Amino acid sequence: MRDSPKLRRGLGLLLILGALALAALLVLNALRDYVVFFYAPSEIHEKATPNRVVRLGGLVVDGSIQRTGDAVRFMVSDGAAEIEVIYAGILPDLFREGQGIISEGKLVGKMFHADSILAKHDETYMPAEVAAILKEQGIWKGQE
Amino acid sequence: MFDYLANPTRFRAITAVILPLALAITVLALTFGIYLAFFASPPDYQQGDSVRIMYIHVPAAWMAMLAYLAMATSAVFYLVWRHPLADIGARAMAVPGAGFALITLITGAFWGKPIWGAWWVWDARLTSMLILLFLYLGYMALADGFARSERGSKAASLLLLVGVINLPIIKFSVDWWNTLHQGSSVLRLDGARIDPTMLKPLLVMAVAMLGWFICISILRMHTALTERRIHAILAREGDEY
Repeated sequence: MRDSPKLRRGLGLLLILGALALAALLVLNALRDYVVFFYAPSEIHEKATPNRVVRLGGLVVDGSIQRTGDAVRFMVSDGAAEIEVIYAGILPDLFREGQGIISEGKLVGKMFHADSILAKHDETYMPAEVAAILKEQGIWKGQE
Repeated sequence: MFDYLANPTRFRAITAVILPLALAITVLALTFGIYLAFFASPPDYQQGDSVRIMYIHVPAAWMAMLAYLAMATSAVFYLVWRHPLADIGARAMAVPGAGFALITLITGAFWGKPIWGAWWVWDARLTSMLILLFLYLGYMALADGFARSERGSKAASLLLLVGVINLPIIKFSVDWWNTLHQGSSVLRLDGARIDPTMLKPLLVMAVAMLGWFICISILRMHTALTERRIHAILAREGDEY
């Protein structure tokens, strides 16, 4: 087995792949801040410089949705901080109180002026009937 | 064991038994799976009938990643042991694998529009899946891009191995970074977040797609072996004249 071509090729391959994996790890670590798709309300103020388009993600605060004509205003929260969002346009069907959303737009003063709003769907899949029964029994923990 | 299987004649004999079995499983699972997915499963409490897209989307995504992993494993056997059959296998799996990646992206767009409100976003999960499709296309272009096919096989096999780093990135992208794409519902440590009535069609469809993938890969390998034999015979006859 000593100095066989198979062993040499195998070790060479392992070495190359090890180096590549390390390189990928370093690149991903360096890009960590840029790979994130959105910022939470508690970090948006430090990340969003004026006129830079950023994405904000969080939950729509219960009872905060106000509609005036075409425009809608609401608060987005991540549990630690809240920020007011203003938006005029088409909202996704899942937009409602308590829903996770991601909004693209600019920070103007303390308000977030949104250009688009996307609904974030969670990983729970449940039949409509089961959800109805859970609500009836009052053990519903999810969103309305 | 691998040397034993690497004999083309033996490979043909063994796969000739596996092929009808896999075909039977595929037909059964696909019929049952489509019935479950589109007729016998309940609509989701939030997504309504859009949830049915998942029964195609998720198994296709699993298969796109599994096929890539199988190709990369073949590439190791090709690069280290130089088994020609391993190269034939990787080439055979590339086309169905790319097909799965494409199906994942297209069905995902169809689901994203009604649920998220966007066909496409550049978040980590979607982008890494698109990179997987490009890796497949790059592999195919590289493998067939040389006049001497062994050179193409070597270069393309290396590309396969380099691309393996993308697989954990796809899988864990939703955990490592903020993404629009939701986290895993089935393969997670604290148990599946999906109702059994919806998990069943998902798993049956996964079996159907795996069966189909095995069938098509074996058939493509048989075709490639026959092609090589024809080339060898033609080359021999060419010598005689």
